[in-house]
This record gives sequence, C-alpha cells and structure tokens, in this order.
Amino acid sequence: MQHLPPAPKVRALQIWTFPRGSAKRGRMNAPTPNSFRTLPDERGHFGQFGGRYVAETLMPLILDLEAEYRKAKADPAFQAEFDDLLEHYVGRPSPLYFAPRITEELGGAQIWFKRDELNHTGAHKINNCVGQILLAMRMGKTRIIAETGAGQHGVATATVCARFGLPCVIFMGATDVARQAPNVFRMKLLGAEVVPVTAGAGTLKDAMNEALRDWVANVHNTFYIIGTAAGPHPYPEMVRDFQSVIGKEARVQMMERTGRLPDVLVAAIGGGSNAIGLFHPFLDDPSVKMLGVEAAGHGLDKEHAASLAGGRPGILHGNKTYLLQDEDGQITEGHSISAGLDYPGIGPEHSWLKEIGRVDYTSVTDKEALNAFQLLCRTEGIIPALEPAHAIAAVQKLAPTMDKDQIILANLCGRGDKDIFSVAEHLGVSL
Amino acid sequence: MSRLAQAFAKGRPALVTFVTGGDPTPDATASILDALVEGGADVIELGMPFTDPMADGPAIQLANLRSLGAGTTTAAIFRIAAEFRARHPEVPLVLMGYANPMTIRGADWFATECVKAGVDGVICVDIPPEEDPELGPALRDAGVSLIRLATPTTDHARLPAVLDGSSGFLYYVSVAGITGMQQAAQASIDEAVARIKASATIPVAVGFGVRTPDQAAAIARVADGVVVGSALVDLVAKHGTDAAGPVKELTAALAAAVHSARKGAF
Repeated sequence: MQHLPPAPKVRALQIWTFPRGSAKRGRMNAPTPNSFRTLPDERGHFGQFGGRYVAETLMPLILDLEAEYRKAKADPAFQAEFDDLLEHYVGRPSPLYFAPRITEELGGAQIWFKRDELNHTGAHKINNCVGQILLAMRMGKTRIIAETGAGQHGVATATVCARFGLPCVIFMGATDVARQAPNVFRMKLLGAEVVPVTAGAGTLKDAMNEALRDWVANVHNTFYIIGTAAGPHPYPEMVRDFQSVIGKEARVQMMERTGRLPDVLVAAIGGGSNAIGLFHPFLDDPSVKMLGVEAAGHGLDKEHAASLAGGRPGILHGNKTYLLQDEDGQITEGHSISAGLDYPGIGPEHSWLKEIGRVDYTSVTDKEALNAFQLLCRTEGIIPALEPAHAIAAVQKLAPTMDKDQIILANLCGRGDKDIFSVAEHLGVSL
Repeated sequence: MSRLAQAFAKGRPALVTFVTGGDPTPDATASILDALVEGGADVIELGMPFTDPMADGPAIQLANLRSLGAGTTTAAIFRIAAEFRARHPEVPLVLMGYANPMTIRGADWFATECVKAGVDGVICVDIPPEEDPELGPALRDAGVSLIRLATPTTDHARLPAVLDGSSGFLYYVSVAGITGMQQAAQASIDEAVARIKASATIPVAVGFGVRTPDQAAAIARVADGVVVGSALVDLVAKHGTDAAGPVKELTAALAAAVHSARKGAF
C-alpha cells in the first residue's frame, strides 16, 4: 500500500518579488504573480532578460518565425506529428528510474533519474531538433544550420536533417572538433557538413557567432536550429516548450510510481535547455525545489563556465542574460571539462528564475564532475555524459543532507560514450 | 545645423568611412583618423571593438581582435574620440559597435560619455527598433543621433519603425550578409534607395561590400552617402602603424569619385 508522502523538509519558497528594474523606462513586463509559467511576455522578455537583440537583417525573419511558431503551437496536427516522432523515432517516453545503489551509497534522499540519455542519439537534444525541423519545413526553409559544443546538438540536428532529407551545415569550434572527434564523425556519417570555427577559443560561443553570420547571409532559405534555450525570442520559449516533454513525462511518471511529487529537481546547465525542460512543468508546484548546476571548471576563482555564479547581465547572441564578461562588457572565455557546458552565457529564463529566487543555482568543478561520472558508472551501470555528471556531483552533496523518505529527481540528459576518450585522458589512461 | 546634417548638406554626396578604434593600437588610431579627414571623408565611423563581432566578416573580425589584443578599452575609445574632436571641430564622428560594450555601464553613462567626447551619433548593430528602450531614449535625451540600419529584409511595413527615433542618417546595408563580403547588384541598390528615400526625411547612406571608387561612384549617383569600411581596415591590417599614408590615398580616391559622382549626370 502506498504511504502518503511526509511533509517536505526543505526551506519554503522565497516570497514572490517583481524582477528588479522591470519598471525602468516604462517597461513593465511582469507575469501574473500566481504563476511562474506565463513568460516570456509578448516582446520576448523574462523580466529584464531575453529579448531580440539581433541585426536588422534577421529581425523580419525572427518575427516570421514567432508568428509561425504561434500557429504551429495552436495546430493539433503539428503537435500530433511532434508527439508521433518523439514516440516512434526518439523512443519516448524515457524511463523514470529509481537508482538503488547510489541512493544507498550516499545514504540520504531517494535518487531517481529521468533517463533522457536513452533517447535516440543519446541525449535530450533530439527533442528540440524534432520540433524545430518540423517548424522549418512548415516555413518552407530548405537548408538547416546549427552550432554545437559537445557535438550532441550537432548530431541531433544532422539526424533530423537526414530523416527529412534537408542539407545540414554544423558550425563547431575547432577546439571542440578536436576533443569530440567521435561526434564529428557521426555528423559526417549522417550527411552533415561540419565547419570548424577557429575564431576566439574555438568553442561554442565562436560556433554560434559563425552560425549567426551564415544565417544573416542566407536568410531567404535557411533555418537556424539553435540547440539551447537561449538566443533571440522566440528561441528560448520555443526550445523550452519542445524540451518540456522531459518534465511533463517525469511529473506523470513520478505521480504514478510514488503518488507524490519529488522534493528536489537537479539538472546541469550550460545554456540550460535540459534544465528548463525538466523544471518548467513543475514551476508552479510550491513543494518542489529546483537546483541548476553550472560548471565551475577549475574553480570559481579560476577558469570556469558558471555564468550565474561568476557573471553579470549583458547582451550577447540575441538575448540579455547573465554573461561571463569583463568590466567593459568584453566576453570572457568559459572553461569546463564538458564541452557542452563551456559557454559564457545561459538561457534568459534561468537568469530570471535566479533573480526571483524560484530556482537555486550552484556549481561543481571538473574534478567533482569526474568523480560523479565514475560513481554512477560503478553504482548503477550507467555511463553518463560529463554534462549530467555535474548534476550527479550536486546530488552527491545534496542527498546526504536530506531524509531517506525524500526524493531527488535528476535529469540524466546524455550518455557518456562521446566522453570516454577525454575522461580517460583526465584519469591518465591511454586508450 | 548639427555636424552630421552639415556633412550631408554640401550639395554633393558624402563619403562615410569606417575604421576600428584601437587597430592596430590605441595610439596609432589618431593618425589613421586624420588620414581619413585629410583624404576627404565627410563622416568618420569609429568602430568600438568587441570580442564577438557577429555581424562582421573576416577583415573587421580580425581588426577587433588586433584592437583588443593591443589593450583597447572603452575608456581608450572615448579618449580617441575626444582627441579627434579637439583636432577636428567640424568633422562628424560616429561610434559603431555592439550592444554589450555600449550598455554594460548603463545607457545613460554611455550617452553622457558620448556627449563629453564630442561624439555625434551611434550605430549599434544588435539593437533593432524592438529593443530601442535599451539605448535609444538615453541617446535622444543627450542629443546624440541614433543611426539605425535598414537592410534588404526591411520591407515597406517595417521601414517606419526603423525610421522612428532615427536621426543623423539612415545606414542602408546593401546586402543581407556580413561586412566586407559580396557587393549587391547596383540595380537592387537603386531600387532600395529610391524606396527608402520616399519615406525618409533623413539622408540615406549605403554600405557593405563597397571597396572601389567606381563602386562608390555608382552608389553616390542615387544615395546621399557611401560607406566604406573593410577596404580601409584591410589597409590597416597590411600596413599597421604605417597605415596613415595608404589610408589617405584610398580615401582621396573614394572621395573624388563620390563627390563628383553626380556632376554632369543631371
């Protein structure tokens, strides 16, 4: 017989406050105070964050995209095709898994994983790519471009392009091309052209600059599939909506399995698409705490990629959000062992959720993530990607502080096949 | 009459020239700006370097990196501007760059610094009319022109929004693309300029992909001004701190072509 859940022993939510600076120059854009799920506003703002900071050439296209997305969102046929592909092509719903041995080892809260690493292509990225390519075809676009860091989004984009027969160009930083060789080969097998970007440090930020340059020169026929919940409006909303399948499924599965909601959700954050996908359907459940985990790299006092912990608000890649930058607003390079978290910004909705206090954010170092990576391999027989290894490292710290009848749900957003070479290198093993 | 208005009221088309501030070094920029003026440029655009110049092609991307690599700060850009203003009291100076360096200390701070340095106008690549509150009101309150960009994708319905709140001149980007790459077909420029001038009460200058005196002259037959950037930046890349001579030479050739483009044509 199912016992009623005990009252959660976590601190109460902060009292609702309006985002700071929201009234400046008459720009009131607060959501209704009884829901955290009504943003962005009609101008694409989450409080002071988000927006559409793009070159004029792209602006008409962004407005078209928004109009077409509104229509698609209201079209049952679009939703049905999306759902059908997620079920039969991606393999959803992904399982919700209770992890007994890591729970026992950490000796505190029950640890559950949303198994999005079991998706086709091995990560959550495919959810969003399916949605965006359907939209691209609906808009009559005939060429797809995308940026990628770890290569997971590049592989997912190349996959849907192969599935629908559209030409695909992936921009990838030259540094990432070198450290993610298996994914580069996968993209090429899938028929994509991979363009190494040598500007800057040759990582995700530089790949995104180059994708934007390509897009502005090819607006008439090209659709840009952005891989994370960032960029100009409507991308943060659109990517969140497509990724929210993670949280919607998890909510139903958790209720079916335990009769209650989890106490804490945990997810890794680079741009933040897997996290917002898990969090968003739970935002209006006051008993559910949420923890986003940024990459602290070598440490927050050294090189890292924790935009919320170590950055401040600024404008880059079409949106206003927390950025790693110097006092002149020059963007500084992020660092993380995980190529997928190595980005100096974060999705604007996370910046807003941090400022209003609905979601807590923390960070873990490369070393902590490597330890967590090995812990999950050893205890559960699951090799995680280095990105969710950051979430697991946070779970490692959190679980022992909680009671055994409490529940942590972490998003296992990608599998680690792509990372075994770089992990081996960090562990001093030559393959 | 403002300096910008005067530059477009000389009874001939204006030459607008762009170089990146602090390229190759902050100290070398003054001689390059002087070369532009001596060569006959009517308006000077001074690029503010940014780590992520996503609307720029390879030439100006590299100029941004050279400038930042030489230690150029926002304070150095305003110092270059203020010293230029002292040497050239009549020549309009416009800052061009990206939103983050312009807004990071607050739009009011930036507008005040522009006034103090004698900057006449600002072109911000990544603040479209939809995000005008980020910078536009502060500049207008301070009496600094906000110069907006119109592009081949700016259709008839959008043009009024682009013009609303713009002053100084309208910068028509002749190609959908990044700086310094291909040139647009002259016929498409003629058509677009005629369409925009039917709605605009401010001068229209055309840029992106304009490299030679002949190209500049062809555009000057229809537009109020011609913008040349990457071709000049290429000379700075090639000649470094000795770029003033070659920059003056190219500017003079461009100025001669632009200023005389309509002679005998009417």
